[in-house]
Amino acid sequence: MELTVQIGQSVLNALAYLGSLATLSTRAAYYTVVAPFRGRPIRMQRAISQAMQCGVRALPILSLITFFIGLILALQAAYELKRFGAMNFVASAVAISMSRELGPLITAIVVIGRSGSAFAAEIGTMKVTEELDALETMAINPVHFLVTPKFIAMAIMLPCLTTWANAMGVLGGMVFGVSNAGFTALGYLHATADALFLRDIVSGLIKSFMFGITITAVGCQEGLSTGAGAEQVGRSTTSAVVISIFLVIAVDLIFTALFYFLGGK
Amino acid sequence: MSSLPSSAIPSTPPAISLHNLRVSYGEREILHGVTFDVQQGETLVILGGSGSGKSTLLRTLVGLERPTSGEIWIKGKNLATVSDDELDALRRHMGMSFQGGALFGSMTVGENVALPLREHTKLEDSTIEIMLRLKLDQVGLSGYEDYVPSQLSGGMKKRAAVARALAMDPEILFFDEPSAGLDPIIAAGIDQLILELKEAFKMTIIVVTHELASAFLIADRMVLINKGDVIAIGTTEEMRNSTHPRVRQFLDRIAEPAVSQELDYLQMLTEERHGSRR
Repeated sequence: MELTVQIGQSVLNALAYLGSLATLSTRAAYYTVVAPFRGRPIRMQRAISQAMQCGVRALPILSLITFFIGLILALQAAYELKRFGAMNFVASAVAISMSRELGPLITAIVVIGRSGSAFAAEIGTMKVTEELDALETMAINPVHFLVTPKFIAMAIMLPCLTTWANAMGVLGGMVFGVSNAGFTALGYLHATADALFLRDIVSGLIKSFMFGITITAVGCQEGLSTGAGAEQVGRSTTSAVVISIFLVIAVDLIFTALFYFLGGK
Repeated sequence: MSSLPSSAIPSTPPAISLHNLRVSYGEREILHGVTFDVQQGETLVILGGSGSGKSTLLRTLVGLERPTSGEIWIKGKNLATVSDDELDALRRHMGMSFQGGALFGSMTVGENVALPLREHTKLEDSTIEIMLRLKLDQVGLSGYEDYVPSQLSGGMKKRAAVARALAMDPEILFFDEPSAGLDPIIAAGIDQLILELKEAFKMTIIVVTHELASAFLIADRMVLINKGDVIAIGTTEEMRNSTHPRVRQFLDRIAEPAVSQELDYLQMLTEERHGSRR
């Protein structure tokens, strides 16, 4: 009896949390799509600087990681393909697993570490130092001013980063392909292009868009709900990372299943 | 609630009128029915100890907390029932200086002060630049527009926060603990600034503090809050001469009687016995 009550309570809490994320995302969507027509323009300047911060500045580390991932994928695929003498499939194995799954996912994980945590820390600190209250007393809505530019930046930058990550992954695979699987560089690229269908890439990009929304919602929500005191900012930052990773994987599962059952393949 | 009668009967309507204001955080009620008026152009100091509810009262007055019941009338609008848009419209007539300054760390002092102007007006950049200089000059921070808040001292941060609160030329200015955390000389400087603003702009100023010296210096009238109730309201003179035990305790800085000796404790117990028998 006790257990069922506890489980029920946890489920209710989880649903309430998801509800708060949905509310925040909806408000950001309102300020992005509807409010500009009602005399409240989007803060382009802030969105661009956020995009620089969470997108462009993530390129070096993201490139390195996804290059390694591509290389690892090629090595792992080759381990099995070698037995069948099918090393020429290394290119397609890397291309498909990168664009459908690992490109979006690894990008999301890197962005969670860099930006999701930063959102929680930034907004949490502003909450603790009364800066959020100051915004409100100046009749400036914190969701409009702080949160919406982050949503815009992330919704645009995550698919861009993912595309870049896919390319770097293919590059990583190519290093193995050329050195160990008898590909020429051009031949590897051809094999990659032949293996990929548009829907592989698009499904990955749709997922990455959803990841961007999820990461921003969690990071900002954790920041906004920070309690009093500096140690609470640390707590918010940690839970932003943990919750984001969990939710990104959950969203990944949902969309992968959707694409599988709707796409027929 | 017993309150001292206010001596002056005003001819203009009050700038802020509170009626039976109650505010709760969850189950816990912080303010138990607060009623008083703030006259236009006066400096009202809200006094009270830690946990008295004075900060909650201030937060409610600027619309950061919604009351559970009661009324707050400002410029013909009841803050307890206004829509978000109306609240934002009202807030453009109010300025608030927070305890720690609450300057945006990612912006320079100039950007901080100019923010409300950029957000709410369509003024040219050159005009905003001039207004910014003017505001910084008023608080004695000329030439600091390119500094970031972390480069400023505590007193300068407060001054910058006041400049930002003044940006929209508010009719009502709120201060949360203006001298908290400052050394006596810097704190006196902030008091002086408040007096200058009062003199120069005739604006309504509401200050929450527990610094008595500062309170008596700047106040026209004072409100003393204890455990969520207004226990006294009046001019500085009326407060000084008050015989209300709580007022005296606060103004004369007498500590809460502590049960320190066993004998006292015994006496207290016996008194309780006597009390209950009676």
